[in-house]
Amino acid sequence: MSAPAKLQEPELARRHRIGKVFEWLCCGSTWFGLVVLAVLLVSVLWQALTWPAPKVKPGASGPTVAKAEDSAIPLSKQFFTNYDSRHPRRAGILAPIWGSLWLIGLVALLSVPIGVGSAIYLEEYANEGHFKRLIQINLSNLAGVPSVVYGILGLTAFVRMFGLFGKGGKTLVLNLGFTTLDVPLPFERSLIAGALTLALLVLPTVIVAAQEALRAVPSSIRIASYALGATQWQTIRHQVLPAAMPGIMTGVILALSRAMGEAAPLMMIGALTFIAYCPGEITNVGDIFRNPHGLVDAPFDKFTALPLQVYNWINRPQADYQHVAAAGIVVLLTILLLMNTAAIVIRHKFQKSTRW
Amino acid sequence: MTTFSRRTLLTSSLLLALATGCSVEDSKSSGSGATPPPKTNGSKTDDPASPPKVVAPAEKLAGEVLADGSSTVFPITQAVAEEFMKVHKDVKVSVGIAGTGGGFKRFVAGETDINDSSRAISAKEIEACKKNGIEYLELKVAIDGLSVVVNPKNDWCKALTVAQLKKLWNTGSKLKKWNELDPAWPDAEIRLYGPGSDSGTFDYFTEAINGKAKECRSDYTPSEDDNVLVQGVNGDKNSLGYFGYAYYADNQDKVKLVAIADGDDASQAVLPTDETILSGTYKPLSRPLFIHINLKSLAKPQVAEFVKYYIAQGQDYVKDVHYIQLPENDLKESQQRLTEALSAK
Repeated sequence: MSAPAKLQEPELARRHRIGKVFEWLCCGSTWFGLVVLAVLLVSVLWQALTWPAPKVKPGASGPTVAKAEDSAIPLSKQFFTNYDSRHPRRAGILAPIWGSLWLIGLVALLSVPIGVGSAIYLEEYANEGHFKRLIQINLSNLAGVPSVVYGILGLTAFVRMFGLFGKGGKTLVLNLGFTTLDVPLPFERSLIAGALTLALLVLPTVIVAAQEALRAVPSSIRIASYALGATQWQTIRHQVLPAAMPGIMTGVILALSRAMGEAAPLMMIGALTFIAYCPGEITNVGDIFRNPHGLVDAPFDKFTALPLQVYNWINRPQADYQHVAAAGIVVLLTILLLMNTAAIVIRHKFQKSTRW
Repeated sequence: MTTFSRRTLLTSSLLLALATGCSVEDSKSSGSGATPPPKTNGSKTDDPASPPKVVAPAEKLAGEVLADGSSTVFPITQAVAEEFMKVHKDVKVSVGIAGTGGGFKRFVAGETDINDSSRAISAKEIEACKKNGIEYLELKVAIDGLSVVVNPKNDWCKALTVAQLKKLWNTGSKLKKWNELDPAWPDAEIRLYGPGSDSGTFDYFTEAINGKAKECRSDYTPSEDDNVLVQGVNGDKNSLGYFGYAYYADNQDKVKLVAIADGDDASQAVLPTDETILSGTYKPLSRPLFIHINLKSLAKPQVAEFVKYYIAQGQDYVKDVHYIQLPENDLKESQQRLTEALSAK
């Protein structure tokens, strides 16, 4: 018995070495991503907090001379209250912030009911079969379609509405009781067209995530519920949905952060513009109460969004705009980070409150 | 307690979804039933939410001005819009960057009021305008000098002739090395940078140098983002590129200008400067920048006021964004054409 044991010893050491090497490789790949990300974040943050030294040009004056209204650093308080400007040191992010917030809000309103609804249908009601499999395959494929393609779809379907309304379009007047609403048809380059496009873009992701969450609910729960005499609706409403909620919410928030960062489809629908007003003329939370009519007007206003504004700034000739763009990136990343944190917190909270 | 809160959250969100769904449907049906289409026109003037606005002085402008088009002209129009909106706070001006050609596609469809153009309107676009019944006004707003640049470390190439540029950039050009342009220059590979084919700058350069718009060799590094071109030329000793003057003016420490000679005598070469571009001695790469205005839109008071402001004040901002102001006669011509168009209405 002792002979094989002796033989194994060098083998064992070698196997342990291989194990160690593999561990180091994995550790290295983890750090690779993190280090690159850290370098990126630090450089963006550095750019966002400093202006380049003013160039001394022979004979040139004017733009390089600092004025009282110029902000001291790109990411200043003024950056959040100003509109875009031809003077980089006066450029701000007010319009794109509101644009992005509106966009995300509308995308959530549109994609959550439809996405969760179809997930429930596919998981709880639809019979297994060719039809369901066909839908399933299409959904997974749609989730992988490049976002530009959705932009083209949005352009024909929402911005131009297939040219159904002719040149100049029409205005549909809706009477909401407390106020009237002018709906331009087609939607043209309005918030609602952008939101519909992005909603289409994230729908497959929302549906797939919600399906996964529903599938993770043990079938014993459903059977037990039926055994107690509950109907299918009662089972879904009181057992399945609450149990699946953390997963659904996580999926939804991650999908929304994707929509938040998308620039390509919005560029496709022609939203890459200089805009110096906010949707519905709501420039701060107080305006919502002062001008409630703005809330119903806003979806039909022209808009710009954070990633578009950043892209716009990066394209400008003046070196200062690279720093303004960096400040924009910091704001965008912060909002995305907050959203992802919210996803984690919500999952945690709902998980704790599961009853079984 | 948690069960209750979760349930209420769920039902309320469902209810919200249902309610919004219903109300929109209700209002749609009642809207089409109770309010006949003629009310569409009336609704714009009787705004129930803000009655004081109606009493406001007649000169108070409101409404939208939609501009789209060239990214080269964008900084000027943006500057004008920025200042204009400080004076007329209720007018909403939006300025897009679809490129000259992309902007014209929208302009000829009547989707925009103003097109920013880094070249004159093309025959094809004029035809499309006619077909759609769109009349337009073309106004010069500034002058730009396309700048040919090399790396600051490049100490041999100080001037190029149009003939050399054509040899370098023409369709099917096999020219690969600096010494093929001039035997005195080093035996090193030229690396080329230029705007992509959607750009008006590309159209203008290829027409001026190669004789026909869009005729160009394809083995160069194209980018619609001029900062990429600046970076490219800056990082490579053997590179050559071209872009609008504003990008040179803002990156003078990163790239070096090349003088251009119209013809084939390099000693006649001229550097693009404010003066040579303005006087037209920088040939053939200085070009006028335009705005095209839909005449139907010009009938709208806010658009008319915006264009008037553009022509009256725009020249001040042209310098801010590093283009060259129009010479006096060109400016007068623009003013006159605008006055005529306005009085014809």
